[in-house]
Amino acid sequence: MRITCPVCGERDRREFYYKGAALVRPAEGADLDAWHEYVHLRENPAGALDELWYHEMGCNSWLKVTRNTATHEILDVQLASEAGLGGEK
Amino acid sequence: MRFSGWRVLKEGLTGNKGWKPHWRDPEPKSEYDVVIIGGGGHGLATAYYLAKEHGINNVAVLEKGYLGGGNVGRNTTIVRANYYLPGNSEFYSHSLKLWEGMEQDLNYNAMMSQRGIINLFHNDGQRDAAVRRGNSIVNQGDDAEILSREQVRELAPFLNFENNRFPIMGGLMQRRAGTARHDAVAWGYARGADMRGVDLIQNCEVTGIDVKDGKVVGVQTARGPIRAKKVALAAAGRSGQVAAMAGLTLPIESHVLQAFVSEGLKPIVDHVITFAEGHLYISQSDKGGMVFGSYLDFYSSYAARGNLPMVEHTMESFVAMVPALSKARLLRSWGGIMDMTPDGSPIIDHSPIDGLYLNCGWCYGGFKATPGSGHVYAHLIATDRPHGAATKLKLNRFRSGVGLMDEEGTGAQHNLH
Repeated sequence: MRITCPVCGERDRREFYYKGAALVRPAEGADLDAWHEYVHLRENPAGALDELWYHEMGCNSWLKVTRNTATHEILDVQLASEAGLGGEK
Repeated sequence: MRFSGWRVLKEGLTGNKGWKPHWRDPEPKSEYDVVIIGGGGHGLATAYYLAKEHGINNVAVLEKGYLGGGNVGRNTTIVRANYYLPGNSEFYSHSLKLWEGMEQDLNYNAMMSQRGIINLFHNDGQRDAAVRRGNSIVNQGDDAEILSREQVRELAPFLNFENNRFPIMGGLMQRRAGTARHDAVAWGYARGADMRGVDLIQNCEVTGIDVKDGKVVGVQTARGPIRAKKVALAAAGRSGQVAAMAGLTLPIESHVLQAFVSEGLKPIVDHVITFAEGHLYISQSDKGGMVFGSYLDFYSSYAARGNLPMVEHTMESFVAMVPALSKARLLRSWGGIMDMTPDGSPIIDHSPIDGLYLNCGWCYGGFKATPGSGHVYAHLIATDRPHGAATKLKLNRFRSGVGLMDEEGTGAQHNLH
């Protein structure tokens, strides 16, 4: 599996740390159910999934990678900072 | 049809013409008391114990492929009860006791081999943790003992005791642990359930779960709708998709765990041995192959195959632990789809929907749990109360934070287990 980092180009999977599904963080005062959903519950699809990967051994960018979990095909990569994940739900 | 030494002899002398299929291939009926989704080890064991222990035999096991074609046929066949935390501890203890009587109970040869497991440790901290875990295992009523370096050397002289980074200082031994023939476990439970009237229906993918007024009423399948009073999930890595049919979202990510088998070699590894560096575990099959694996690949996957970095890591760990086998050739490898929970421990519980039961989150512990899981799940389905050995395997522990079973102490978070 190789991921094309928008900064560094195509790199081996070894360079990246996997965080998991790319979810929008609840607002600070959100209720327990919202946090439970964010921290624990997962749609866990067998198909395209938006994920967060960290280019730990490269440029240290957080990336939003869209990847097919059934085939490992990488469908899209963008910088997480430009993916609209930083805001609160 | 009963199996026995006499029967083998008789069939051998009469051209083996008397053997019959081990189970029927029935058409699905329009209604059952209990429908179990998933014909793997856990689903088949559940059906068996429902019929045997609770007298509920109007049961169907629906399997999308063939019986035992999922994780029960894709694991490293290790059986053990060496868990530390309450919840896991009594559950796996219960399961190991069932393993010990399973072959006689099922009249089926599952090649259960209590060859013992040795968890090696390489430094003082790991020794302390092993002693503490050993004490916990003894307190729960199972066996555990600390082996010195010399005792380990006696049992496994081929290990690399002088590894510079990971010298072997000793090991935690559980003699009642071991291995079993994984396929035979599924087949034995399938045969036992079928003999008691359970319908095992293969090539029957569930495509929908019917819920009416908060209560489950049946399922839609590739072979038509089936009404059911109770529906029980046992879909392992596919639990998320099956639960989604009932509108549920589970605290589960499916990950890939790879396993490897070498070419057949003469007997050398008599036990199950784990290397505390890199999570490596090995045993030798009766055919002679080294059966081994290590970590998850650590990304969500349904591909049932992994990537090369974890192959490389596993081989490096293997060669570091047993340099003598560094020239053994790899025969094959595969990946299983692990239903990973945030704390790395399983769920056997009611779902929020009346009549729908959950058995999922087996992480990398599913095979050894097979008899225990089936036994306590059948109890839950039949009586609507958790079995005494499974009172802590709750779905709501993640929401409440109470009763989390994080054996590794890394935090109850998805990417850490």
